[in-house]
Amino acid sequence: MEFPFAAFCFMLAVLLSAALILIAVFHLYVFDELKKNSKNFIEHCYGLNSLVLPEYGIHFCIMFFCATEWFTLLFNLPLLAYHVWRSKPARCPGVYDPITILDDGTLTLCQVEHWCKLVFYILSFIYYLYSMIYVWVTS
Amino acid sequence: MSTAGFNAQNGTGQPYANGPSQNPVGVQQLPAVNYGVMPQPGYNPMQAKAPAPQGPGLYPSGPYQHIPPVSSYQPGVPPASYPAPPGQPHLTRPPLGGPTPPHSASPSPGPRLPPPQGTPPPPIASTSGYYPNPQHQQPPLMAPAWQYNSAPPPMGPPGPMSTQLRGPATNHVTPPAPYSSTRSPSMSHNAVQPPTSQQGYGQPGGAPPPMNPAASHQYHGSGAPYGTATTMKPAAPPPMVNDTPQPPKADAGPPQPGPPGRHLGHYPSLPPRYQHPASPHGGPSTTHPAIQSATQPYTRPPQPYQQPPPGPGPAQLSPSLATMSLQSGTPETLRVVNLLQERNLLPSGPVSAPTPCLPQDLQKVNCSPEVFRCTLTSIPQTQSLLNKAKMPLGLLLHPFKDLSQLPVVTSSTIVRCRSCRTYINPFVSFLDQRRWKCNLCYRVNDVPEEFMYNPVSRSYGEPHKRPEVQNATIEFIAPSEYMLRPPQPAVYLFVMDVSHNAVETGYLKVFCQSVLDNINLLPGDSRTKIGFITFDSTVHFYNLQEGLSQPQMLIVSDIEDIFLPTPDSLLVNLSERKELVQDLLKSLPTLFEKTMETQSALGSALQAAFKLLSPTGGRLSVFQTQLPNLGVGALQSREDPNQRASAKDIQHLSPATDFYKKLALDCSGQQVAVDLFLLSSQYCDLASLGCISRYSAGSIYYFPSYHHQHNPAQVERFQKDLKRYLTRKIGFEAVMRIRCTKGLSIHTFHGNFFVRSTDLLSLPNVNPDAGFAVQMSIEENLDDMQVVSFQAALLYTSSKGERRIRVHTLCLPVVHSLSDIFAGADVQAMAGLLSCMAVDRSVTASLSDARDAMTNAAIDSLSSYRQSVLTIQQPGLLAPACLRLFPLYILALLKQKAFRTGTSTRLDDRVASMCQLKYQPLAYAMLMIHPALYRVDDLTDEGALNVSERTVPQPRLLQLSVEKLSREGAFLMDAGTIMYLWIGRNCNPNFFTQVLGVPDYAAVPENLYLLPELDTAESQRTRAFVGWLREQRPFFPSLHVIRDESQLKVPFMQNMIEDRTESALSYYEFLLHLQQQISK
Repeated sequence: MEFPFAAFCFMLAVLLSAALILIAVFHLYVFDELKKNSKNFIEHCYGLNSLVLPEYGIHFCIMFFCATEWFTLLFNLPLLAYHVWRSKPARCPGVYDPITILDDGTLTLCQVEHWCKLVFYILSFIYYLYSMIYVWVTS
Repeated sequence: MSTAGFNAQNGTGQPYANGPSQNPVGVQQLPAVNYGVMPQPGYNPMQAKAPAPQGPGLYPSGPYQHIPPVSSYQPGVPPASYPAPPGQPHLTRPPLGGPTPPHSASPSPGPRLPPPQGTPPPPIASTSGYYPNPQHQQPPLMAPAWQYNSAPPPMGPPGPMSTQLRGPATNHVTPPAPYSSTRSPSMSHNAVQPPTSQQGYGQPGGAPPPMNPAASHQYHGSGAPYGTATTMKPAAPPPMVNDTPQPPKADAGPPQPGPPGRHLGHYPSLPPRYQHPASPHGGPSTTHPAIQSATQPYTRPPQPYQQPPPGPGPAQLSPSLATMSLQSGTPETLRVVNLLQERNLLPSGPVSAPTPCLPQDLQKVNCSPEVFRCTLTSIPQTQSLLNKAKMPLGLLLHPFKDLSQLPVVTSSTIVRCRSCRTYINPFVSFLDQRRWKCNLCYRVNDVPEEFMYNPVSRSYGEPHKRPEVQNATIEFIAPSEYMLRPPQPAVYLFVMDVSHNAVETGYLKVFCQSVLDNINLLPGDSRTKIGFITFDSTVHFYNLQEGLSQPQMLIVSDIEDIFLPTPDSLLVNLSERKELVQDLLKSLPTLFEKTMETQSALGSALQAAFKLLSPTGGRLSVFQTQLPNLGVGALQSREDPNQRASAKDIQHLSPATDFYKKLALDCSGQQVAVDLFLLSSQYCDLASLGCISRYSAGSIYYFPSYHHQHNPAQVERFQKDLKRYLTRKIGFEAVMRIRCTKGLSIHTFHGNFFVRSTDLLSLPNVNPDAGFAVQMSIEENLDDMQVVSFQAALLYTSSKGERRIRVHTLCLPVVHSLSDIFAGADVQAMAGLLSCMAVDRSVTASLSDARDAMTNAAIDSLSSYRQSVLTIQQPGLLAPACLRLFPLYILALLKQKAFRTGTSTRLDDRVASMCQLKYQPLAYAMLMIHPALYRVDDLTDEGALNVSERTVPQPRLLQLSVEKLSREGAFLMDAGTIMYLWIGRNCNPNFFTQVLGVPDYAAVPENLYLLPELDTAESQRTRAFVGWLREQRPFFPSLHVIRDESQLKVPFMQNMIEDRTESALSYYEFLLHLQQQISK
């Protein structure tokens, strides 16, 4: 039984989405901290900002393009588009601006965003795992 | 001693070590009545002034809300209808009845008073129901109720019995009041007692039965809740007091003196509780003479009060009908006004804040609207109700306002709720002597042993009489657990631009002179530190080390990697090195006279200053005159002068770089606040530079086109503002937390600060001229609550190194009907909050978005009113009386410098205006939004105020329309930071000679910015009036005398917001636009 390129992509995707899940969980944890009285939340914000690029980077779907897994690519495109949109006004402090994050309900929005992402990452984790086995077995 | 202690703010006096003593509490505003000590002598002019300018009988206007009660009991006695004995200024004053909008049913827009019968005084109907009034009762009862019939009184129809109804009326919105149980008997007792003497009114302090102070207040007009009402009396000039049977005064509550018989005769409709003053207490009168004299006049001209109620009766009713207003349907505030037909909507005096419909006992201790205001004085029960009303919900605060009387409490334990950390306040309820229930989270807490002793009455077992429970505004001296580190000393660092451009403006001289003059007045103690840094393309430090004969200048030219040359002698103890500092200040202006350096390395200088201040924290004052163009934080000019008048979107309202923002965050973390003085004639990119102050809780002062020779008015303003800046109170390492009752949540803050947690603002410095605003939403339904409370607690280190907590608590009723929400709308607060929201919107989205949002706010609220509250649909643009100024304010905002389009506006001017809207306390922001226009060529002493032995004339407020100007007059426009005196070509020659000191119109100099001090009555009056206007604000508005051909005529005319301009609608057109949108 050969190991097709698509299966390799999926395997990689499984690992990466596991990482994404961890990142999302970490975000949620930090947001929760921020909601409480965090003393040094400016550092927290900068910490989160340094995680933004890795997260967006990890969520790359070119590999599915290479592997011509069109459905999976499609499945990921909305999030990809969202990430591009989200990082567009990337002013210097980054996506999470300590000045506004506690104001204006931004924090709540961020929490909702990351809960959604978490669900998405978990679903994609299961889906990649399933696809990997499926592609491998059927090949 | 007591006054000293009570005046003590910022550590200028000594607080009491063992809790407050009686006097202190007695003298301060709120409890003054409680303890029966009428505050007279210690009044400062500001206090006295605030309430005074009010013309009687207009809307519930004026800073104190004393108008309504009597007017409600005496259906519609308009002040104008009082037959004025000759020489009674207030009565003869023309504006009295004039501006009162006639009842909406009457189409006449003019100041005509509708005939008595035509006036349906809704509240009267019920109040007279309350208090059977043989003379006046019937007609009012027949008054049509159509205006408010959609708002059925929550407690059912007004009952016929006065005494019985008193109970329900109060209970209706009464939260479990601490002393309610004891009070009620006392109340009913009062109600049946025959009136003996009103003089007992102020007296309960003498030997009060435990509950008397509270009870005595019941005699107060429901509308006189604040200390201001009382404070105003002593301030009232004797002549005025004596001559003026001023109805509002009567309203204000102190019942009239004289034997009961007479009493009844004069006040047939007075409710029993008004007629029965302090009879239970009896005893000799301790009422303050001022009060007596203030009340006496009401007995003198007996007739007026018996007149049938003509016209503007309802106009005098206000939402402040307190206990009865909810009952009596909705009063004046809901009177329908057809905006298209009624033009004269402005009251003649300042527009006042509405009073919440609270029971009197709560309202009388409620926080002053000058400090704490809510856009809706009746909080909707649910978010859906709020959405339906489509009005913004938010609070406007001025937490560190200079107060003349402030109770200060020292105790080792500060009583706070154990779960939500709320400070104990007048709106908590005592379940019994040992337990109290938090009014924010409803947790039951224990009363600590120490709290059982009441230092005011020196008695034990009366926790509800402690000053903490009697004052909505109070200051605690905090014990050590409120300190994260030892309180910091007062540290002041001045960073000055000394480039060629700066030297050219000549500000350095003024600055140094000002600091020299005020060096002993800088707030602080023996630990106060001071330092100076100057910069151009390099950064210069000044070594003020001990032993040096003169200051030593150290120049650091490595601006990319700035360092401190000698870390320990740049910031020195002021008292130890005062001579060195004075030397430096004397030599500084000459030091750079010949400089040719044009570059400015502001970023590096700020970094250096931050390094210098970060170990202690403190205040950093930056003086900048040009665009920083070197090193870190360098900026480029982004303004395209051709786009200034663009009707399209304005670009570059957001910062160009994050350098200043990040530095501000660092500063905030180290308790450093940066105040920015921008004195520049060219573009400086305030949008970027301003961030440094905005996020470090500093303030921004903007002096456009500052030049020591070309712009003397600006120089004067700079001098005065700088003096105030240097000498005003200051609080260091402060945090402010705003709490509100469970169910409400705060979500957006406006002002200069850094939000450190969802309800915590970090304020490295707090100054008395800073205002804040917050937006709120209703997260859980407030179903079973009758009132909600808001508490702002400001923890700061005073300049004397004391840790203090200033706590303000505001209590507001919860309502469940839309009409009640509308009745409680505070139109000024709404305009203020909307302007803050619009500033945010213009930065994050676009200016046109912000403008649309403001217009929509007006459309939404008025259409919601039309759809949900009005039951009878009429043509026209209908608004409740309380919102009648809303479209005007919105239009004024659209034409404000910050938001206008199509008119040439420099980008910096626009941004400065935006900063001010966000940062100024509401009272001052309102003048920027809607300037005040007065005619000043015919000032008379009629209706004048007496402020600290000066007579201040009170001309009436005019609409901002050119039609109000006339060539025969002179008009003063007060736009907050600037005043214009426009002289008509054919103005009375007297005015030229007696006021301006010139022979005729042609001789008025082009750049006249000072009124000559002539020894004529006219000149004195004018100067007194201008001076009085200036005293009321912490900044100095420069005065410009303008003629027809003056350059400044343009900004003057641009402030005529009711008129049409090339790019903006006139008021009437705007109303038509609104109407069109609403009827869609």
